[in-house]
Amino acid sequence: MSNATDIAAEAPAPRRRFSLHVLGPVLALIALIALGASLNSNFLGYGNVTNVLARSSFIGIIAVGMTFVITAGGIDLSVGSMAAFVAGVMIMSMNALVPVLGIGVALVLAGMGVALIAGLAAGLLNGVLIAKVRIEAFIVTLGAMGIYRSLVTWLADGGTLSLNFEARGFYRPVYYDGILGVTWPIIVFALVAILGELAMRHTPFGRHCAALGANEQVARYSAVKVDRLRMATYVVLGLLVGLATIMYVPRLGSASGSTGVLWELEAIAAVIIGGTVLKGGYGRVWGTVVGVLILSLIDNILNLASIVSPYLNGAIQGVIVILAVVLQREGKSTD
Amino acid sequence: MGDAVSDMPQGTSVLEGRGIIRRFGPIQVLHGVDFALNAGEVHALIGENGAGKSTMMKILGGYLSPSEGELLLDGAPVRFTDQRQAEDAGILMIHQEFNLALQLSVEENIFLGRELRRGPFLDKAAMRDAARDLLARLDCHVDPRTRIRDLSVPNRQMVEIARALGRRARVLIMDEPTAVLTNRETDTLLTQIDRLRENGTAILYTSHKLDEIRRIADRVTVLRDGTQVLSREAEGFTEDQMAEAMVGRELSDLFPAKAVPHDEVVLEVDGLTVPGRVRDASFTLRRGEVLGFAGLVGAGRTELMEGIVGLRPSTGRVRVMGKVLKPGSVLAAREAGLVYLTEDRKEKGLLLGKNLTQNLTLLALDRFGHIRIDKPAEDRALSEAITDFDIRVKDRAMLAGSLSGGNQQKLLLAKTMLAEPEIVIIDEPTRGIDIGTKQQIYEFIAALAAAGKSVIVVSSELPEVIGLASRVIVMGRGHIAGELTGTDITEDAILRRAMGVTDDREEISA
Repeated sequence: MSNATDIAAEAPAPRRRFSLHVLGPVLALIALIALGASLNSNFLGYGNVTNVLARSSFIGIIAVGMTFVITAGGIDLSVGSMAAFVAGVMIMSMNALVPVLGIGVALVLAGMGVALIAGLAAGLLNGVLIAKVRIEAFIVTLGAMGIYRSLVTWLADGGTLSLNFEARGFYRPVYYDGILGVTWPIIVFALVAILGELAMRHTPFGRHCAALGANEQVARYSAVKVDRLRMATYVVLGLLVGLATIMYVPRLGSASGSTGVLWELEAIAAVIIGGTVLKGGYGRVWGTVVGVLILSLIDNILNLASIVSPYLNGAIQGVIVILAVVLQREGKSTD
Repeated sequence: MGDAVSDMPQGTSVLEGRGIIRRFGPIQVLHGVDFALNAGEVHALIGENGAGKSTMMKILGGYLSPSEGELLLDGAPVRFTDQRQAEDAGILMIHQEFNLALQLSVEENIFLGRELRRGPFLDKAAMRDAARDLLARLDCHVDPRTRIRDLSVPNRQMVEIARALGRRARVLIMDEPTAVLTNRETDTLLTQIDRLRENGTAILYTSHKLDEIRRIADRVTVLRDGTQVLSREAEGFTEDQMAEAMVGRELSDLFPAKAVPHDEVVLEVDGLTVPGRVRDASFTLRRGEVLGFAGLVGAGRTELMEGIVGLRPSTGRVRVMGKVLKPGSVLAAREAGLVYLTEDRKEKGLLLGKNLTQNLTLLALDRFGHIRIDKPAEDRALSEAITDFDIRVKDRAMLAGSLSGGNQQKLLLAKTMLAEPEIVIIDEPTRGIDIGTKQQIYEFIAALAAAGKSVIVVSSELPEVIGLASRVIVMGRGHIAGELTGTDITEDAILRRAMGVTDDREEISA
């Protein structure tokens, strides 16, 4: 087996843990699809599939970013609040800009720019505090979670921030339209996922994230710019939160204190279900995508089929997360 | 706290190891060592790094069991299944790395696992008094309520000892207790050891500082390569004789011929100071030279090297090929052609849970594409590394952690050389690897120098430094204590400088 030509091909080196650890999430997803299809004939219909995918896209886009943060040994609890805050800032900026730019493409582009910049700034702030000031990621992002949640509630004065009615009408297609029947959120999610998978598996950035998460010392001794890399993971995540918000705002055209509640937990759960190791060192973006879909499908199936109350959605998701981690650990111990 | 030991008659072996043999996998590190600890006696165990002292101590302390040979407790054979059993028998080991819970207070640490109770509750008052009492016996006046993390290192050492006293140690095994202490603290400690001895405790003492051994030991046993060289009364055993016994080994043709260095200076280190570790170190390195760095553990060699390549904050100037190196950046050092190969391959060198390829290319990953990693090229690099460095792999997809120590070291070498450096600093090139692989690595280092690269070899194994280097810099207590070239490079000359036997005896405060 030590013959060089055997494995000289492009294929990544074969991993010995094929088993349940790698295929588990995929099998679970297939099982859920089969279950859904058998329970409700509309399950695989165009309307339902589009609905499930579009609703997955917000969490999905964020979870792709979260995969890098967790792979590099970090965590970000602030993304849900951050999304709400970015949405609030975006809506207020757009409303303020309506008299200047009028209703049109310029206004929407300006709003998108604001969202991306706000997301980037929030991610950078987390990153600087964690990588440069060296406060634990859990603490920094826990604090940020409270701060952004409170700020958006304050900006909305306890109520709801609504986008200018006409602007909302103009912006709406960004959520509801698309090309060839595939809506924009799904397209953006797919692009982010593909780019993320490529970045994780085929670029120095992804390789370095895994090295940092596996052993920071080794990364440091191997000339990896550890601080900058760690900061970059949070900045990327912040940007993706901005992007997710861009897709989210046209859906309802409003933001409030309850926007994005528990998104951080769903995103982290999706990452973990997908097989990324919580303490870092190994991550896979495609797994995260599968994890997001699993969580959305559970919700969808409970709503479509009236066997189990949809109110138990959270309980079932919780069981799945714990189960996923148990499977991960067993995959490890057989190493 | 009375001493359970005072009724032990003097001269009885409390703990004895007979014909102790220990193997780790195929490597045998102890070859039948006899070692007896008597009540009221300090028995020093000395030897070079890697001579087997730690293994012997761990076996006596119940942390490891011997592969062959037997342990006798009060003359009766005994087998400790774990360290707890040894502790229950009154055998305590004080480690170099302390076993203290940093967040707990002094008293909580002293009584950890055997807390005094009153009914269901902790009897804090009694524990505090007892702790204060124990510390007072050691002349250590810290408040038992202080948290360990707020204590200085010497005081932590005292707490460790107090804890051992609190457990009524009959046998105390001390692994280089003075390595972290200043002269004055060492004095206090030695006085305490004296007192413990008078109380009948049997003490195993190790230190690299031979003057201490002379001061404190009743008996001395010297280990070399896992073999017991001699065991004798300390009386009349001079420091020079000890050093000779420790290193007295023939140099066979283990080492290849030394290359002749060119005149061109490739590395200039000027006034480099690593706060608290290294003081004002200056030296130069020439093209094609193998420069040895010798010294005792804790002399600051590793810290100096880490300061040079930007892994530790430092002041001073480093010039590579005449250009001043940007401080604090490992990447800048690598790009200038200067790389450092760590002594700690498991914690700092390799990602044990990753495959060989990912380890191999991590340092020089940008050579495999800035945006997209060229995986076929990585794979070719692995094939080349396996051939060039003779890395024995069972399966190319295996994890780095499953390689043997020697093969891990070869992989680490391959990883470092992939960055195509002009200057390689190798810290402990052969730690924990067998003689065959050692020889391969020596040949590799000589070949590097012959090819016009420059190599710094940091090693605690004197024969290695002597056999490889054409010039040796000796470090002691954080500064450069001397430099030797050509035929002046002898074990004796190095040891003298390292221990400050001839040189000044000042030391830096930690």
